[in-house]
Amino acid sequence: MDFYFGLLQIIGVHTILGLSAYIVLLTGQVTIAQAGFFAIGAYIAGMLTVLAGWHLVPAMLVAALVAGFVACLVGFPALRVKGLMLVVATTAFGEAVRLFWFNFDYQIAKGDVQVGPLGGEGFKQIRFFPENGWTTGDVALFIWFWVAVIMAGLWWMDRSRAGAVLRAVGEDELAAQSVGINLTAAKVSAFAVGGFIAGIGGAIYAHYTTHIEHANFGVILATFAIAYPILGGLSSVLGTLLAVIFIQGFLVEGLRFLGDWRNLLFGALIVLAMNVRPRGLIDERVLNTLRRTFSIGQGGGNA
Amino acid sequence: MAVLEINDIVTAYGKIEALKGVSLSVAEGKITCLLGPNGAGKTTLMMTISGILKPQRGAIRFNGQDLAGKPARTVVGQGVALVPENRLVFPEMTVEENLKAGAYLRRDAGKVPSDIASVYERFPRLQERREQYAGTLSGGEQQMLAISRALMARPKLLLMDEPSLGLAPLIVEDIFRIVRELNNEGTTIFLVEQNAHMALQVAHHFYLIEQGKIVFDGSPDEMEEDEVIKRAYLGSKV
Repeated sequence: MDFYFGLLQIIGVHTILGLSAYIVLLTGQVTIAQAGFFAIGAYIAGMLTVLAGWHLVPAMLVAALVAGFVACLVGFPALRVKGLMLVVATTAFGEAVRLFWFNFDYQIAKGDVQVGPLGGEGFKQIRFFPENGWTTGDVALFIWFWVAVIMAGLWWMDRSRAGAVLRAVGEDELAAQSVGINLTAAKVSAFAVGGFIAGIGGAIYAHYTTHIEHANFGVILATFAIAYPILGGLSSVLGTLLAVIFIQGFLVEGLRFLGDWRNLLFGALIVLAMNVRPRGLIDERVLNTLRRTFSIGQGGGNA
Repeated sequence: MAVLEINDIVTAYGKIEALKGVSLSVAEGKITCLLGPNGAGKTTLMMTISGILKPQRGAIRFNGQDLAGKPARTVVGQGVALVPENRLVFPEMTVEENLKAGAYLRRDAGKVPSDIASVYERFPRLQERREQYAGTLSGGEQQMLAISRALMARPKLLLMDEPSLGLAPLIVEDIFRIVRELNNEGTTIFLVEQNAHMALQVAHHFYLIEQGKIVFDGSPDEMEEDEVIKRAYLGSKV
């Protein structure tokens, strides 16, 4: 049973990570910085619960606010670069964050042990869950509560004026300006909200793994972050969830019996999926079918 | 009465000045047309007026208010809407979502549905395709959508950047019929064109821009009498 709860936890946290990239991708910005915000959330929340003795929820929110604030700062210079150059710039930022934690030591004595982040050795003993007697099931439930909150928030945002603005910026910046949309505000707030969401994901991640180190937050994780929404499709947050289940549940876990051949098949299946469904696993057509089936949004109109 | 007055505008891309001190004025309730060859600075001027590009110097006065260097959202808010060159609809939004985007700055959200309805009345084709992605429309339909999207801001002055570009002659006639119609309903129009023949049929006043400078300013009659313009833009035999 614990294996499945563990898998649920991974899928949940990666969904949050994917959603953090989703909102930035809506504005047409390809970001490799999400692993950096995720790392900031992980380390700050870990330090608050371990060193300051906070409860996880306030620690998580503060960590997410810090990540969101940093993301806001990254958003401004990101305005000046586009496309491939933005990829390079955000990759550099993500690596800078990783290397910061690689060099960062801040340990205090707790009883007869030293706790806190210790550079390359990482940050061990983030034991909020076991210390408070949470079972794996409780943790999974906690994670999925936040997944649900974030998905619902983004779902609502997508259907509101704000969502239309972000999409308009993503489709054509010049046209968006010509109808009076403030490009700076749209792009920077997408970055800030994305950073906040990544911060929540990181905070949860640090606590269920109990041990984090800089190497967890490299380019591979950042690539996964944008792969989920791109593979899932930018029509809806559901696509990101489905893509995480596909990659983490099916490709990573389901194909384990293939041994080392798995990695090869892994890449091939992603390429295949993108070719069969170029607009993502969940595109507008699937969404319309879903809407008709469940009659969602009959009252809300077709906004 | 000039509703838009542009005085000595200089706009540069890096060190290259695309507009080298442009001055002109657009009369209220009229159709003013700016003619000029490729690269003369027509689109640069349109983008400078609409706040997408910032001028190095000069003044842009709309109804007496200074708009030079103000961001696009302020300009749209003052009642100046741009129909951009190459239409630039939002391709992966439906026709109706494009129209709603055009009303983005409107404070009176309650009146937006009736404005959408009147757009559909003017362009029944858009109503037929309201749920369709804008990117799947034909060029002419996209141009109508781009015009409609600009109208959703209820502009007092409509800037149109080469609305006839890349469209079939019959569609071009349609577009110009609409331009005249909008003008008859009271919208002031500032039009950029390369199609001088079509422009002659609708515009009340002409400017000619070459290499970032206004080189001609006059009525349609004066334009038709000008030998140089005749040869270069109207293509008539001398």
